[in-house]
Amino acid sequence: MAGRLTSIVDLERLRDEILAKRQGRRFISVSNGSDGRTRGSWEVIRAFVDEIEKQGLEKEVEVKSTGCHGFCQMEPIVLILPEGICYVQVKPEHVSEIISKTLIQNEIIEQFLYRDPVTGQGITHESEIPFYKGQARLVLGNNRFIDPWHIDDYIALGGYSALAKALDKMTPEQVLDEVKRANVRGRGGSGFPAGIKWETTRNAPEKIKYVIVNADEGDPGAYMDRGLLEGNPHGVLEGLIIGAYAIGVHEGFVYVRQEYPLATENVIHAIEQAEEYGLLGENILGSGFDFTVTVHRGAGAFVSGESSALMTAIEGKVGEPRPKYIHTSVKGIWERPSNLNNVETWANVPLAIGRSADWYNSIGTEGSKGTKIFSLVGKVKNTGLVEVPMGTSLRDIIYDVGGGIPNGRRFKAVQTGGPSGGCIPEQFLDTPVDFDQLTELGSMMGSGGMIVMDEDTCMVDVARYFLNFLSEESCGKCIPCREGLRQMLNILNRIIEANGKEGDIELLEELSEVVIDASLCALGGTAPNPVLTTIKYFRNEYEAHIKEKRCPAKVCKPLISYYIQPDKCQACLICLRNCPAGAIHGGKGLIHWIDQEKCTKCGVCLEVCPPRFDAVAKLSGEPVPPPLPETKVIRKRVAQ
Amino acid sequence: MTAVDEIVDRYQGGKSALIQILLDIQREYYWLPKEALIRLSERLEIPLNQIYHIATFYTAFSLTPRGRHQVMVCTGTACYIRGAPQLLHKVEEMLKVKPGKTSSDMRFTLITANCLGCCALGPVMVINGEYHGNPTTADLGHIFEACE
Repeated sequence: MAGRLTSIVDLERLRDEILAKRQGRRFISVSNGSDGRTRGSWEVIRAFVDEIEKQGLEKEVEVKSTGCHGFCQMEPIVLILPEGICYVQVKPEHVSEIISKTLIQNEIIEQFLYRDPVTGQGITHESEIPFYKGQARLVLGNNRFIDPWHIDDYIALGGYSALAKALDKMTPEQVLDEVKRANVRGRGGSGFPAGIKWETTRNAPEKIKYVIVNADEGDPGAYMDRGLLEGNPHGVLEGLIIGAYAIGVHEGFVYVRQEYPLATENVIHAIEQAEEYGLLGENILGSGFDFTVTVHRGAGAFVSGESSALMTAIEGKVGEPRPKYIHTSVKGIWERPSNLNNVETWANVPLAIGRSADWYNSIGTEGSKGTKIFSLVGKVKNTGLVEVPMGTSLRDIIYDVGGGIPNGRRFKAVQTGGPSGGCIPEQFLDTPVDFDQLTELGSMMGSGGMIVMDEDTCMVDVARYFLNFLSEESCGKCIPCREGLRQMLNILNRIIEANGKEGDIELLEELSEVVIDASLCALGGTAPNPVLTTIKYFRNEYEAHIKEKRCPAKVCKPLISYYIQPDKCQACLICLRNCPAGAIHGGKGLIHWIDQEKCTKCGVCLEVCPPRFDAVAKLSGEPVPPPLPETKVIRKRVAQ
Repeated sequence: MTAVDEIVDRYQGGKSALIQILLDIQREYYWLPKEALIRLSERLEIPLNQIYHIATFYTAFSLTPRGRHQVMVCTGTACYIRGAPQLLHKVEEMLKVKPGKTSSDMRFTLITANCLGCCALGPVMVINGEYHGNPTTADLGHIFEACE
């Protein structure tokens, strides 16, 4: 602990001291975010600490418990710095070998390297792994060097120097102009230029104003903000302080969902450390600027991520949206001007200020500058957090970074923008991803969820999934959203339950239009997007459900049946014993068959049937063949 | 109800801290007992109906007692695509409990989550804070058996 820094010189001196102390040291960085921990990263860290102590290497080697490195598929990831040697899926029992071979003898252990899926070759350095190669990790990349509980790690990387620059060399107006010039756009979904929003709050007449970090990351399948807040909370705080300075605010909030306990813990701790260092509180770095931050936990309501709803939640009330004839940037928390930006937007601010707007403008497309973090999930080989320059094509993200679709399946669609977004089919894979292009396709950038779907995904079911989610999360305040979504959901349920009628698709389209036009907030205003895009690009699937009572992807339960193929069944009794409904008939040496009346379609028979037999099939849109007559059911086991 | 008083004291009486206080009470008891809410209403001088307004709006709060073991199945989009509905169905069948409900012997409460952000493991089930990625029927049997 360095104590309170009272000037910019103090900060620079501290940085030099930290760097001098680290000269010649090596670091073992272990990805220890929420996802790493579920795969045992804590145990790996403990094993490293013990082993280093045992070998007496404390002076030369330091273990770092960092936030998520991004490549969640390969957790726990161990990165040896400064060389950048990367070991994946490391277990505690590997640790002593890593220390004795790699750290002491500088030997690479082939067995722990990431293997190129095409050539099978081990890849030594993190930067050469295809998943990382296509990325530009300007914001997320710091995670791997930082223990979020050690502010010194952030300072060592040049952290808080953008704040120092702003306080020392720039007036608030200049900071504002620089952010406007950099055209930092809101990463939470709107894509609204942050500088313009800041200016509105700055110019609002009230004296007391607020700034807010929106970390109520409610989109299912999206966890970029969690990754940032867990891994590099100071990066977000630095952006927030710079914003507060530019807008003229002395009080800020971080609104974080309670489902993210580690992110909450880390940001609270980061605030305490920043206060001790004099980077928050009174007279920051001796500049005369005061600013404090409070953390507010959300209690689980998707709609509370909407700006006006979030602000009423901070007031301690029910987080429902209100009409925004007057923007929250003018009348927000307690009717005072309040500027809200998303976690990732704030984390971009130190880049634009620390380097320059010109540099920031050199990355990205005409209308969308900088990078964007996506959570690449679903049916994709390399699941993880991915940061690419704006304008990178969907194909590059899904195939080069993501490694394509697993198990030899075919790509069907990618869903972007969370529940308010849409599904984009294969013919648009070469679309460059930025705010404007995705909107043109009927989807949106949203906060950055990117869910890949393959041919085993039913698009009608996906539309139903999102609508079900949104209809449950609708606060109920306005009728178009509350009732409209419910009616749309009824129709989709009807289609999936084999009761679809001619005209249902048109009815869905008509209802969508009303919900979009008449809803109070963006939840309702965008809720029909998943339905509209799936109808637009996958109308044939809707028609198959309605006209042929067939689910092409064989997902929708009421439209499928499980069937044991008599020519493949080896009468091994496995499915018969495992069927929870007792629906499978047959016996030892007798070919099994499923009583369709009793079958609950749980799929256990398919799961347990040995792949070498592959006897259980899913049928849809065709009648299930009757069981064989009794004389033909005897099955002699084939040699195995 | 000393626990409630302690929690309220931590927030120095601010009415705006109501949601934060309720979250802490929920963490303490795993649900919001009526007595606790009445006490809270007295301490903060907030009408009970306002407290219930909040307690019923947010999904983090439960107004019924929860079982000894909390089973959470993630139904976020990534898990959904990877088979969360099938997993949830299996868990329901095995525990004989519907989502949001608690078994009559108070052994299990089954809940669903919109996204836990461990999409690489999907479909995910969390039981008592322990994560299980794509458990098979046999895995589930072992996991539930180990719960008293």
